Amino acid sequence: MCTVCGCHDGTPSTKRAEENDAESHERSIQGDRDCHSALPPGDRRPPPSNHADDSYNRCPRSANYQADNAQALPSGLDPPDLRGCGRSRKRLVEIERDILDKNNGLAANNRALFAADDLLVFNLLSSPGAGKTTLLVRAVSELKCSRWVGVIEGDQQTSNDARRIQAAGVPAVQINTGKNCHLDAAMIGEAYRRLPLLSGGILFIENVGNLICPAAFDLGEACKIVVFSITEGEDKPLKYPDVFAASSLMVINKIDLASALEFDLGKAIEYARRVNPKIDVIVVSARTGEGFAALYAWIDRQAGRLRRAFQDAGR
Amino acid sequence: MHEMAICLSIIQIVEEKVHERSSSRVRSICLEMGALSHAAPEAIRFCFAAAATRTVAEGAALNIVELPGVAWCMSCSKSVEIARRGECCPCCGSYHLQVTAGEQIRVKELEID
Repeated sequence: MCTVCGCHDGTPSTKRAEENDAESHERSIQGDRDCHSALPPGDRRPPPSNHADDSYNRCPRSANYQADNAQALPSGLDPPDLRGCGRSRKRLVEIERDILDKNNGLAANNRALFAADDLLVFNLLSSPGAGKTTLLVRAVSELKCSRWVGVIEGDQQTSNDARRIQAAGVPAVQINTGKNCHLDAAMIGEAYRRLPLLSGGILFIENVGNLICPAAFDLGEACKIVVFSITEGEDKPLKYPDVFAASSLMVINKIDLASALEFDLGKAIEYARRVNPKIDVIVVSARTGEGFAALYAWIDRQAGRLRRAFQDAGR
Repeated sequence: MHEMAICLSIIQIVEEKVHERSSSRVRSICLEMGALSHAAPEAIRFCFAAAATRTVAEGAALNIVELPGVAWCMSCSKSVEIARRGECCPCCGSYHLQVTAGEQIRVKELEID
């Protein structure tokens, strides 16, 4: 809560804070006067669909930012302690800014760009070896007959996966994250410029094989899809709940191995719904193609849902 | 290790604010972290010192206010506290929970000279 005007959630002052992440409330601990400063709002125009335009890099405010009510100051910042600081020029600067704001802003730019290009974007997450690339190779090979399809591949090193996708006849861009364990929105914005225009099509982003870190980073996708193979054990959703909580769909892969493994499908689905009661589930085999018709039907439903959302937003 | 990326974002936010106010020293940084956020406070503390080296935040104290996870139980229609995802409702044992708070990681406040 602002210590000057007492503004907090739901007040006009909070609304200003939502509109401008540069705004902050500052007070001098020992100074004669407090100030309540606000910078002018930033440029939040939606980016154009031209991939080469530099204005693409603008960072609008995250839509999901919400200022919370005030929390107790940590012990080191208790006002009584600070009052004893003599003539110190220490100042408290209240910021209330989400740490992932910059990424979320770039993700919002990506999302606007994808909307302008009428593109459905999925962010695929899994542990290494769950079969994301094999699944994608089959999916893009079949989907490319009816619409434009592109892929952005994320790996720490090598371009092996991008080459596999390209061999299936679909444009693919490889991002090597080096020491980073996840893709972020800036990487996707840069990679998307290197793809041909895919208007009306589908872009798949294959994230780095990691069931922890990628969950934290919005890339501007329509949905996250977590791919989980039956060789990993039923309790993966409980062990790595954040990824399953962030995903709209859980694809259970390698079901063709079920006869060789004692995998309890019902238990795996129950565990996933403990962390995300709304998660959809599709069981597939990327090797045999089992379950892919259901996957394509789900993709079509997402395309319809997204189109209705655009139409509602345009009204 | 995405905690390092988060720490670098913290430093970036701090540098912007310090630059705006023509300050040169940050004494402390106050973070709010929800129990259901994508990072652990211990990991943030571990990475912060390295991320802050040779920046305006070098030597600054990092105070982390940990906030509880809160969910709405769709079975018993109550707002309940949960420590982690996948926990059941402490009132009725249902897993039909919708998280409503405790996911944020936020720079709350800076103390600067």
